[in-house]
Amino acid sequence: MAFTPNIQVFCCHYTSQQALAEGREGLTADGFPPNANINRLVCGGKLKVSDLLAAFEQGADGVCVVGCRPDECHNLMGSQRAARRVLAVKKALEELEVEPERVAMFHLERGFHPEFVRVTQEMNEKVQQLGPSPFKGEQG
Amino acid sequence: MIIAERKPVNEIVEMVRDAKRVLVLGCRGCVSVCSAGGEREVELLSSLIRLGKQKQGQKAEVIGATLVRQCDKEYVDEIDQWQGQYDAIVSMACGVGVNFIANLRPNDQVYPAVNTTSFGGSTEQGVWSEQCAGCGDCVLHLTGGLCPVARCAKSLMNGPCGGSVEGRCEIHQEVPCIWQFIHERLNRFERREDLERVAPIRDWRSAGHGGPRKTVRPDLTL
Repeated sequence: MAFTPNIQVFCCHYTSQQALAEGREGLTADGFPPNANINRLVCGGKLKVSDLLAAFEQGADGVCVVGCRPDECHNLMGSQRAARRVLAVKKALEELEVEPERVAMFHLERGFHPEFVRVTQEMNEKVQQLGPSPFKGEQG
Repeated sequence: MIIAERKPVNEIVEMVRDAKRVLVLGCRGCVSVCSAGGEREVELLSSLIRLGKQKQGQKAEVIGATLVRQCDKEYVDEIDQWQGQYDAIVSMACGVGVNFIANLRPNDQVYPAVNTTSFGGSTEQGVWSEQCAGCGDCVLHLTGGLCPVARCAKSLMNGPCGGSVEGRCEIHQEVPCIWQFIHERLNRFERREDLERVAPIRDWRSAGHGGPRKTVRPDLTL
């Protein structure tokens, strides 16, 4: 049976507002993976490393963060801060000997819808190749 | 302040391999200032321990908490509130905190989550550098306020050694030769006589070579 990953998408309000305006059905029609869940943030800078780790604890196989382009962040530095936190999670995953590719940061133009769908598809495919999260080992 | 940095996660997970319930205990003192063991780091490490255990197919309950300080008995006593809820304590305080818990809690397993590295200060955002070695016999009045014990790779008392190149230490190129700084600074204050003074052979007992050091302030004791 094909593996359907649990993808958690954390996205900045400004980057995703156009995508979110369409609603789940509209997004799915555009090719947004049905197994991806959107967690909307007021700003990428609000994102904490522990939020991303908690997503893995709660069963995510892959986590992606979508924020504005670094020089176009509505809140100036939010997107850059998010990127740094993604890097910190990559490092933490490496420490735990888990593929750092399970978390990724994407900088997109604000409200640019097809790109938003494309990066989640890309993440979905990548995580499908990686397989289930090693954190989902059988628990005794 | 005391500077520390977190140990690799796998090392910590290995320490608590037999524990099913872990109390991750941060400190709101120095380690919170240098972002090694404060509230935020407790949250992170708690998550990483759970993930590390999950990866090994185990389930662990992890409680995260911080104390005001772990280097005072009265604050360490606050651990009582989690009595019976943990099999091991992972302290994110400096080594002092770990020792204090070990001193005061004979029946508790306590493990260090950080490496305590130095006494330092923040030179820029996210960067801390050693400034003091806590040697117990301060010579800063002779060296223009710059410490040769902590900041000279050879801890020379009569410097410079002659090996520096363009003001950079011969051992660590990225480190400025502190003796050059000392000379420049004393020259600026026209205190060359301090440089000509030959420092006597140093008695390192105050630096810990005479065993654990103890400070007693009779005016403060009860």
